This record gives sequence, structure tokens and C-alpha cells, in this order.
Amino acid sequence: MGSRASTLLREEEIEEIKKETGCKLCQNAPLYLSQTSITNPVFNSVFSREDFQRIPELAINPLGDRIINAFFPEGEDQVNFRGFMRTLAHFRPIEDNEKNKNAAPSEPLNSRTNKLLFAFRLYDLDRDDKISRDELLQVLRMMVGVNISDEQLGSIADRTIQEADTNGDNSISFNEFMKVLEKVDVEQKMSIRFLH
Amino acid sequence: MAALRQSTLCFYVFCLLMWVCQANEPAVHDPTSDTSDAGNANETHSEEHSEEGGPITTLPIVSWKWHHVETPYIVALWVLVCWLCKLVIEANHHVTNVIPESALLICFGFILGGIIWGADKVQTFSLTPTVFFFYLLPQIILDAGYFMPNKLFFSNLGGILIHAIIGTCWNAATVGLSLWGCHVGGAMGDIDIGLLQYLLYGSLLSAVDPVAVIAVFEQVHVNEVLFIMVFGESLLNDGVTVVLFNVFDAFVSLGGAEIDAAEIIKGIISFFVVAFGGALVGVVFGLLLSLLTRCTKNIQIIEPGFVFVLGYLSYLTAEMLSLSAILSITFCGVCCQKYINANMDEKSVTTVRYAMKVFANGSETMIFVFLGISAIDKTIWVWNTGFILLTLLFVFVYRCIGVFFLTWIQNKFRLVPLDFTDRLIMSYGGLRGAVAYGLAVLLDENKIKERPLMIGTTLIVVYFTVILQGITMKPLVTWLKVKRATSSDLMLIGKVQNKVFDHLLVAIEDISGQKGHNYMRDKWNNFESKWLSWILMKPSARKKHDHVFDVFHQLNLRDALDYVAEGECKGSLEFIRNETAYIDFRKKFGDDFSDISMPDITIDMGDTTIANPYTRQDTFRRDTVPSISLEMHEQTMNGLRESEDMNTHHLLQQHLYKGRKQHRHRYSRSHFDVNQDENEVQEIFQRTMRNRLESFKSGKMGVTPPKTITKHSKKDTQQKMPNGKSMDKTRSYHSGDEDFEFSEESSASGYTGSIPRVSYTAGVGIENPAFMPDLDPMAPVQIPPWLAEGETDSATVAPSQRAQAGLPWTPSNLRRLAPLRISTRSSDSFVLADTLPSSSRERDELPPPPSPPPSPPHS
Repeated sequence: MGSRASTLLREEEIEEIKKETGCKLCQNAPLYLSQTSITNPVFNSVFSREDFQRIPELAINPLGDRIINAFFPEGEDQVNFRGFMRTLAHFRPIEDNEKNKNAAPSEPLNSRTNKLLFAFRLYDLDRDDKISRDELLQVLRMMVGVNISDEQLGSIADRTIQEADTNGDNSISFNEFMKVLEKVDVEQKMSIRFLH
Repeated sequence: MAALRQSTLCFYVFCLLMWVCQANEPAVHDPTSDTSDAGNANETHSEEHSEEGGPITTLPIVSWKWHHVETPYIVALWVLVCWLCKLVIEANHHVTNVIPESALLICFGFILGGIIWGADKVQTFSLTPTVFFFYLLPQIILDAGYFMPNKLFFSNLGGILIHAIIGTCWNAATVGLSLWGCHVGGAMGDIDIGLLQYLLYGSLLSAVDPVAVIAVFEQVHVNEVLFIMVFGESLLNDGVTVVLFNVFDAFVSLGGAEIDAAEIIKGIISFFVVAFGGALVGVVFGLLLSLLTRCTKNIQIIEPGFVFVLGYLSYLTAEMLSLSAILSITFCGVCCQKYINANMDEKSVTTVRYAMKVFANGSETMIFVFLGISAIDKTIWVWNTGFILLTLLFVFVYRCIGVFFLTWIQNKFRLVPLDFTDRLIMSYGGLRGAVAYGLAVLLDENKIKERPLMIGTTLIVVYFTVILQGITMKPLVTWLKVKRATSSDLMLIGKVQNKVFDHLLVAIEDISGQKGHNYMRDKWNNFESKWLSWILMKPSARKKHDHVFDVFHQLNLRDALDYVAEGECKGSLEFIRNETAYIDFRKKFGDDFSDISMPDITIDMGDTTIANPYTRQDTFRRDTVPSISLEMHEQTMNGLRESEDMNTHHLLQQHLYKGRKQHRHRYSRSHFDVNQDENEVQEIFQRTMRNRLESFKSGKMGVTPPKTITKHSKKDTQQKMPNGKSMDKTRSYHSGDEDFEFSEESSASGYTGSIPRVSYTAGVGIENPAFMPDLDPMAPVQIPPWLAEGETDSATVAPSQRAQAGLPWTPSNLRRLAPLRISTRSSDSFVLADTLPSSSRERDELPPPPSPPPSPPHS
């Protein structure tokens, strides 16, 4: 099934995606897709929100909607195969030989910065490159149990912002976000083994 | 100075030691030679003996009863001596920076052993397997299990198991076979060891020792994955070691001819039974313990004890069923940690944590000292250069080969491969320790002729790995630039982000259609929170349990401590008593009208609060007036807002509710807060009620309520709102049903916001019964019939609880804190409390607030 699907993508297209998202990814990717509940045939190579929402596990994921949103370019309701793979490529682990190689013209999608940017965008709904208190509160509300009152959540959000906020504007900019997560092993925590 | 102190300490230790030896001498000689020796000690002993045993001629006023206390006395003295050794070692950090503590303790053991040998001419003290396995080891393993970083452990479980099972078997087999090969080749001269005995010996040497690993790796801060690999392996390989040891021990007894395929298959089956059975026993006990802590609220003082008792029982049960005891107690700790931490009172959790460390650290110290002492014994030393050197070589080499091979396989599947240096440290971290020694001593002398040689060699292997590898570990880690553990602060944002990452990875796995390890973890988490937590956690704990919130709470506690420390240095805690109301007004005023009059307030604040940076910070942070916070030394102030709440809360509870009749210094075995005498509580309650009544009456009469009343009524209404909706920022005063116990005065003044503003403007100072003695004289007249009735009726429990729980005058800047800890507490209005007895029962189930508020006296 997987092999049939992959023949439906044109060779040069595969090459292109390969170059963009990192090597091995593409040969197997259609196989992954065919296993998912995304019923849209792969050769159409266009996915809509409904395709994602049909995945049952994603429906119970507290951040499911946000993550689905992250797959779609702003203001669009569909994503083509290439865009889909680009998003997935954020989660490819960084390999040893890539760490030292600076020859790449642009930063690879799975670099630390890009991974963090992806995470940052999950909060930043209005795309103003700042996580405001409200935006943080929304995410927190999705994640923590219902038993935490709004007030407590508010103070948690305040404190979280305080920790990161260096310029005192009561919001977290991307630079502040990167700085505060400096010590976190993002490369490891935002990677999935199977996308090798 | 330090050197002097150290030498004094040494001196003490040696004096004590001599004492122990002296004391012990009669005991040692007693069974062997009754009267012959004319030693000084023996004389005293015979004297004492005659005194004890002879016919009593006169009433002895004091008698010397050494035999009466001998065993416990010696045990206690040894504990003391061992701990003093640690004290001496830790007195100077220059040494421990280079040589790990465990190695130094062993060296101390050598010295102590030498002294005993010199005094007794025979080694009277050595580590016996019974003492080691029953009294010293369990608490160390329980500690390891209880403090196990669960997520890390389980996410690396596959790798750990591979090393623990295959690695250990590999070590045992290769060491045994190679030694046998060398024996056949004639490298060891004339010793009487067969193949099976070599395998038995290999199996007892195969296990990496948890005690030694913890001791050495604790001081070398390698990265957490590396640590958990070595540490987890050392814990889990016990099952394998025990099985291998038992199997080969049985084989040695059976003799080579009797062993057939059936026996070998039995051996393999017994491995699974022993290992998984042991783990299962541990899990069962862990669950039992969690269930038990659900209902220990009324015996809070001894609830930490259950953890130790049940942990120990799980160890003994597994031992009784001849399952792996170490696995059992490990899993007991791993399983129960989450639930007992949530179920038990915060103080009990702290007690458990500390007591656990005391036991574990103490017995670890003793193990190493005794490992040293055991060496000074002529009877165990049979030197065989070939055997000893070859054993050392094989143990080291095969460990390296095993680790490199197994990690090579694992790396094909690992997300983050273990690189070369990691693998090197893992091989180098294969420390053998007291478990191997304990097993060696267990060998049967009749079946194995060369038992002393084996014990001696085991000791040498232990010394070699613990001392030499322990000392070189740190330089090696530095030299190889092994990734160290990042010493990151506990940060809320980090925790939040981790949670986001988790959800993110699960979602991506779902989207790409994989059932990976994130998927499994998510499924488990769902199951856990749905079922296990429901069964094992108290409802109240379950409600509060949230990881992010726990971190938040911890941070607050820490800040509170810092703040108190700082405040004590600079004397700035004083404001909490004097200016709270003022600050409170400021805050409220600023908050309610922040959008309108922000600039005014900011300027105003800037003026008034210069004297006290803490208050200023606090106020501004809360008001989210960003411009001000710039001028403060932010680093120290970060997060002080919550801590301030915590502090204020604490202090107010301490200061405001002291009855004038102080019933102090009573001893209670079951409560710490012995001062919370019933009379005192009663008094507080009465005073509270009087004031309440005062406000109630004046409100009824339509008089413009004095500021006292306004303030307190407003606070009350806010505090009793369900789920802590009382935060200033949410400003959700709309709900009408909250004011049911207050008359119109309350709703008018409390909700409109205009009256309190006025009153606050005037209200400087604190409206506190303790500071307003003038209210008291007129009180007797004011007690209305229903109140007096209530007091006589329920003079015992109900009023006191009400009085305690209510805190009606808690300044409102505590409200942010209040919902965190006492959110479900209903207001203490007497109407409410009288009509809703159920609410007081509900209150009962809450754990008390973190600071020392009185726990309700139990009738």
C-alpha cells in the first residue's frame, strides 16, 4: 500500500521535499499517512481540517486543535502534502552529522530554533510574536485539570510570564521564550524516533 | 581551625571505638573461655557477673548490668561510630572532592578493623549477610524507589532491562567460563573449583551494586539519562543475580551429573517467576500503601511510619516467598510515591522524605565502613595472585564488552543514541559492592572448598571498583567531557512547556499514525488519571492534584522561606502587622480603578512605599502596573507576590488569633499544635462572634457601617465564594447567592465597591480583635440568646472548628492565597455554620493549610 502511494508522487517532487525536510523522511512518509485515519487519498495530497479531526486520539488531546492549526498556513483550510511534510519535519531528531554542518544555506526545519518556534506558535494565536497573559491562560486552561480555579490559573500564568519576561511588557516574546528554555533539551523533547 | 576540629573529631571517634572494643571484650571471650583470661575487662565482667548471679545479700543501689544491654548497646555504639566517621570525612571538602565518600568510608573501615584486630586478636565484627540484607539494605532500596524519577525511569525501561537481564547473564557466564578456562589452562595453580562453582562465583560477581552506584554517581553529576541507565540497571539486576545465584547454588549441590535440560528450563522459569513475582509483590504493597494513606488523616502523626513499615514488609514478604526482595521494595517505592505524596499531609510527606534519607544515608555509611572492617580478618585471606588478578581483569573487560555490545544494539532504536563517552562511563560505572560480598559470605563452606578465596577476591573486586574506579570516575567524566546534568532551577515555564511538548509529541504520533512510546505513555496517563488516581487518591487530594500546580506551590513555598529569611535579616516583616490594611487598600483601590487612575496611583505608590521595597513590589506586581516594576531590583523580588501572600497568611494566623489566655507548653503525643487549647479556641470564637454580631446589628439598623464591618463583610463574602472566585482580577462579584447569610448591608457595601473604597481610604490600621480590646468589655451584653445557646449547646467541637476555620479578618490580600489552600472552606458566618453541619464535615476532610494553623482539635 505504501509503495503504491509513493509512486503516485512524482519523483522530482519527492526529491524536492526530501531536500527541504531532510533525507530519509520521504520514502516512508506516505506509508505513515496511509496508516492514519486521514482518509483522503494520498495522491490528492491535500488535507483538510476534517481529515485531522477524524483521528480519534487527536480529539481527546487537550492541545489537539492548536496542533492541527499549526499544520495549516495562515488563513487557509487546506494543506498540501508538501506543507504537511514540512510541518512533520520539525519533529525529526537532529542527527550528529547535522550538528556540525553549517554549510546548509538555510536552517533546517528541525533545528532547535525552528522547533522552538513551532512550540511558540502554539501559544501565539494572534501571531504578534508575543505570548500574552491571555494566550498563556488559554493554553494552561486546556492542559490543567478542571479543579484548578481560574484565579489560581491566573497566578500561575502571571508567574510563568514573570519568569520569562525580561523587558517587563507582561508578555513573552520569542527571544525571551528561547532564552528561558535555554537549558531545556528541546532537541530531545521535540523529536520523534520514527521519523528517521 | 578546621584541621583542629577534624583531629578532635578523629580523637572522639577513636576513643569511642576503644570503648566499644573494651565493652565488647568480655562478650567475645565469654562464650569461649569462661574464667581463664585475667584481662582487666574480664575482671570487671566477673565482678559484675557475681553481682548479677549471686544471692542478693543487700539491696544494690546501683548495679552494673552490661549483659543486660549488651547487644543493643553495641549496635547503637556502632551506628554512632560509623556516623562519626562520616562526620570526620565530610568535615573537609577538599578531600571528598577528590576521593568519593564511599572510598574514604572503606578506608576508615580498614583503620577501625585494624583497631579491633589489635584489641581482640580476632575479627569480631564483620558484615553478616543477615544484618546486611535485613537491616541495612532495605531502606537504601526503598529510598531509591521512592525518589525514583518515574518518567525518566520508565521511558528508559527498555534499555535498563536489556542491561539488567542480558548484561548480567553475560557477565556471569563469561566471567565464570573464562576463569574456568584459565583454571584448566593452569593459570591459578592448585585450587579446587569446578566449572559450576566458577559459574556460581561469576553470578555473584555479576551484579552491579545499587549502593555503590548511588554513592559514586551521586557525586559525579552525569546527565540524567546516563545516570538512570546505570542506576536502574543496578536496581533491577538484582532479580537476575538472585536467580542465577540460587540456580547455580542448587546446581553445585546437585552436582554436574544431575543437571539436565529440565533443570535448566526450571532455572529459566524461576528467573521470570522471581523477577516478576518480586515486582508484583512490590506493586501490590505499593497500592496497599496508597490505599492506606487515604484514610490516615486522623493519625497524622504516625502516617509516615506506614510508608516504612509497609515498604519493609514488602521486602520481607518477597524474601519469604523467595522472590526478589530488592525488586519488590523498589517497585513498592515507585508505585506509591505519587499517591502517598498526594494523600498525606504536607508535613508527613516532608517527614517521610527526610526520614527516608536519614535511614538510607545512615545505613549506606555503615555498609561501607563495615565493608572495610570485614577486610581485616586473617581467616578470609587466601592469596592466589592468578585467581585474583584474572577475576579483576575479567570483571572489568567483560563489563565493557557487554555494555558496548548492548548499547550498540539499543542505539539502533533509541531516539537519542548513547555516544561513545556515555558507553564508556556506563562500563566504567559497573561497580560491585556489598551485595556481592553478602552473597559471597552466604556460600556454603561444605560445598565450596575455596570459599575464603572467593570472599577475599570478592572484597578485592569491591575495593577495586569502589575505591579505584570511584576515585577516577570524576576525572574521567571531566576529561571525556561527558554531558553533565544541567543544574537548572525549578521553573514554572519549563514545566508548562514540558507538558506542551508531551501533548505535542502524542499528537504528532497520532497524526503520523504511529503507536510509539509517547502514544503508550499518553494512554497510560489517561488510564492512570481515570482509574488509578480515582481509587488510590483521596477525593480532596485528587481535586488539587495537578502537576503544574504542584510546581507552582513548591515555588511559592520556597519563595516564602526566602522571603522570611530576608525579612528577618532586614527587619522588614514588621509591615505585615502594621500596614497590611493600608497596603490592602492600596491594592484594591488600584485594582478596581486601575484603568482610570493608574498614573495617580503609581506616583502615589512610588512615594509611599520607598521605605519598604517588599510591599512596593508586591503591590505593583499585583496591580500589573508594569512601569513601576522596572525600578526595582527585580532579581531578588521575582515571584514575591505569591510568597508574600503565603507569609502574610502565616503571620496573621500566628498573630491575630492568639487568645489572651495562653495555654502554653503542654505536651501532646499526637499533635504538634498543643497550644490550640479548647479554651483558647473558645475565646477566639466568642470574640469573633461578638464582633460579628456588632457588625450584624449595625447593618440591620441601617447605620452606615463602620469601616470594620464593611471590610470584614466584604472579605467574608469573597472568601466563601466557591472555588476561590474571589480574586481581585476576576472581579466576579455578580453572583447573588453568595450573600445569603448576610443582610442587605453586606451586599450593598460588599458588592458595589464604592463604600469599601471610602472606608478603605479612611481605614489605616488593622481591624483585629486582638488589637481592639475596647470591644471586649461591652461584649457580654451583646451576646444574643441564639448565640449563647449555640455556645452552650455545642461548646465542644463545632464552635471551635468554626472559629478556627473562618479567619474572618484575614486581610484580603490573602485571598489570592486562600483559595489555593482553603478554597472549599465555607465562610464562618454563624448562620451558615449552624445550618450547614455538612460543610464542617467537609472541612474535616481537607488537609490543613501549609502554615501552622491549628488543626481542629479532635473530640
